[in-house]
Amino acid sequence: MAGFTNPARSIFTSIRELVENSLDAADVARIPPEIYIRLSRDDDSDDTYTLRVADNGSGISPHHIPLAFGQFLFSSKYRLKQARGTFGLGGTMAILYGQITTNKPVKVISSTGKSLIVEYRLLINIEKNRPIILDRKIHANSRAKSKRWRGTVVEIHLRGSYAQAMPKVLEYLKQTAMANPYANIIFVDPRGRLYKFDRTVEKMPPPPKEINPHPYGVDVETLQRIMRSTTEDNMLKFMQKHFHRVGEKIARDFLKRAGIPEDRDPKTLRPEEIVDLVKKMKEYDGFLPPEADCLSPLGEDLLREGVLKELEPEFVAVRQRKPSAYSGHPFIVEVAIAYGGKVPAKDDILLYRFANKIPLVYDESGDVCWKIVRSINWRRYNLTPNMPFAIIIHVCSTKIPYKTLGKEILADQLEVSREILNGIREVARQLARYLSRKERVKRQVRRLTVFSRYLPKIARFSADLAGRKPPDISKLYQRKQVFKDFITSGKYVDSEIFDSHRYSVVFVHIQNKHKENPAAVRVLGLVNSKWEVLIPESTLTSGSEIYETLRGRYEAVKIQAKSLKPDKKSLIDAYIDGLSQ
Amino acid sequence: MSIKKNVDLATSLKGIVQKKLEELGIKFCEEIDRGVFPTVQMRSRSTSNIFYSPKYRQYILGKSKVTRSSRNIAHLRPFAQMVWTAYFVHELLKQKKTSTLRDVYYSAQAYDIFFKDQSESDDIITDLETVIEYPRESFNVFPEERSAVFGDLTIEYTVPGYEGRRMNLSSHPDGVMIGPALTDARFVKTSADKVIVVEKGAMFTRFVEEKVYEKFNAILIYTAGQAPRSTRYFIRRLNRELDFPVYIFSDADPWGMHIAMVIISGSANAAHLRELTTPDAKWAGVWASDITNYKLPSEKLSEIDVKRLRELRNDPRYKDRHWQNQIDIFMKIKKKCELEAFSRYGLTHIVDRYLPERLKELGA
Repeated sequence: MAGFTNPARSIFTSIRELVENSLDAADVARIPPEIYIRLSRDDDSDDTYTLRVADNGSGISPHHIPLAFGQFLFSSKYRLKQARGTFGLGGTMAILYGQITTNKPVKVISSTGKSLIVEYRLLINIEKNRPIILDRKIHANSRAKSKRWRGTVVEIHLRGSYAQAMPKVLEYLKQTAMANPYANIIFVDPRGRLYKFDRTVEKMPPPPKEINPHPYGVDVETLQRIMRSTTEDNMLKFMQKHFHRVGEKIARDFLKRAGIPEDRDPKTLRPEEIVDLVKKMKEYDGFLPPEADCLSPLGEDLLREGVLKELEPEFVAVRQRKPSAYSGHPFIVEVAIAYGGKVPAKDDILLYRFANKIPLVYDESGDVCWKIVRSINWRRYNLTPNMPFAIIIHVCSTKIPYKTLGKEILADQLEVSREILNGIREVARQLARYLSRKERVKRQVRRLTVFSRYLPKIARFSADLAGRKPPDISKLYQRKQVFKDFITSGKYVDSEIFDSHRYSVVFVHIQNKHKENPAAVRVLGLVNSKWEVLIPESTLTSGSEIYETLRGRYEAVKIQAKSLKPDKKSLIDAYIDGLSQ
Repeated sequence: MSIKKNVDLATSLKGIVQKKLEELGIKFCEEIDRGVFPTVQMRSRSTSNIFYSPKYRQYILGKSKVTRSSRNIAHLRPFAQMVWTAYFVHELLKQKKTSTLRDVYYSAQAYDIFFKDQSESDDIITDLETVIEYPRESFNVFPEERSAVFGDLTIEYTVPGYEGRRMNLSSHPDGVMIGPALTDARFVKTSADKVIVVEKGAMFTRFVEEKVYEKFNAILIYTAGQAPRSTRYFIRRLNRELDFPVYIFSDADPWGMHIAMVIISGSANAAHLRELTTPDAKWAGVWASDITNYKLPSEKLSEIDVKRLRELRNDPRYKDRHWQNQIDIFMKIKKKCELEAFSRYGLTHIVDRYLPERLKELGA
């Protein structure tokens, strides 16, 4: 069974399958997920575990539960939308693996939020592919209507090795939290340790729409399935009803080119004609490209939020590329780059890969993302691989181009690779700009420090040589700290005033030293006895600084600072330097 | 001879330098008072501004000047370092103390002035020399290297604690170190009438043992290779104040030849200074022609030696016919030899035969 090849991998895959089911269930219910995972070792054995995953998702109606968990469904469903479920079989594989290795049933508890909670104990009859119901209990969902429990709990027993699986499991959960910043995830491991990943946003990405398959992406098996279930009795209507972006005009033109009469009943197509039809669809160049509303990308805001939350970088840039398609499958690439802060500096670049919001944590090196990252000349962006930066790549599609059955490696699909490369380039450029701006500020500050350091010495030693008292250097240069550890409030507050009338150049340097909260600052100058805004309101994110040069004569200069969000105080330091001539 | 008319270059110089330093401080203070960033001008020491002067028979700086301004961020640090150095050496002069280049480098730290390394502080001292237009010895900063002198010359110290005390430079058989105290000492009495300079310690010791100072009425100076500036300054004083002719003996190769030349005409590095050369000094040997004339044991010239000879051939200091002839002979015989080569004919051969012949030849 793919994904259950060894004791470590089996634990990992079981957790992953059930967690992804839960995330999908919460997506369907449009509520931010609450997922509780507990893995405990069974008393009677060293290598058997109980895995319990509970969610607050849509729940499953009581009579569907045996089929959803005790049977492999080969549905007639052919319409497409983006979903996590790696193998399309939900947790059934995990349940089956558990049953085979421990001979114990699965326990499922679920409620759709109505007055009942149902509890099943099931086994799968493997030969007949049917559920065996061992036990069924009905509980009252007894709280007031608005507070009723809704969700699903699945508990399986399985054989495996947590000690070996642990690093991958924890990495998987951390990355899942990164791609789902609106989820609360709690994990209790067999040693009783608690891992908690808190949501930082309530907002969820818009849900994907279900769409028909695109003619370019249809295979013989899918086409046969559609033909079996269709109610249309002519090819013209058949094409329009079951395929993405096929209207009457295109359907006519295509059928004409394919040499199929418009009034032919699709049910009469012979197998070899169906094979030929698939071929013709791929050859025809008149189909419109697929639309992306069947996709549910994270969006730039959520991706940024997820990266900030789990990596805590000093800087992050995110980019969502425009929707595109390969072989009739729509896809969207989202890329982020994170720098500094708690991003560790390693020998190599940190790469996080996601497909449909699922982290890919195995078989990194064979992935096309690595190939692309390696092909980039990082020096062009003033970066070297040993600097503290991470690249995050998210590909979402109705069909992720996996390279292998294990579904951990993205294949080199020309259109997808191009979007990934261009996405990385865009965010890398933003990082390069950020770094050069930061370097420039540092250089400027250092330059001015030179004045404050050496001018007093020149004055002092000249005076000693001349045998007199030191001359006053403030005519040449003066530095004043106008904000020192200033805590902002919701309203603008003035800094100390800097008397600038004798200086021709004034330098303003403002730092936000707060660890989280952003600030808003502006700079005002006194001209003809009136305060004028010299630098309009600028945002200073946590840890960032601005450095500006003011030219022209002002009687005085001051800085104003406030919190960007009224209840979030920030911490400001500011200096003003004046230089004559 | 008793030296009556005491020119005493050393002491009067110090007063001038001290005044110049004070004027610099006053200028900077006044500029700051007026709200102007202090600046200082000096002759450019870039290679394009170094010229050979036939008149002074040494390298000199041309007219081009550079301005160092405290308004310029890139100049600010060296500017402050130079003002401090001026202050520091002014204190040395006031307190009649001396210091070395290395000492200056370390002393700076006590005043919260930092030099990256000693070469940075050495550069700043050279800047100050260029601004003041006097060598660092005149503001009491001496190099580490010490060379030695031996001969019948009575000197009188001027350094604090030794003022008025006298000493004869033949009182110690290893010679007397040429340091700050000797450089600034007054010349009182001598029976000598010439100066013989050698680059090698072994030869210096041989000359003392063989009483060359008596036999030739000479003051002996040992340079330890390339002569330190204080030694060049001391040789100049002997030549200027006592009118002694100076004869230099070095190895017969381009490097030995150049040791003599630097004493005579100075180096490009010191083009900003005028007090270090002795243009009338003579290179007395060992000449290229001596190798064949005296049948001296010799070695083949190396490639680097030949390259260096080509450079020297085009050097304006080597324009003189005698130098050019010697270079030609070197190139022809492709041989070189050391001062010690005379030992082949016995330890005293150089003193008994070569020295008298050569001095006679040069008109001594």
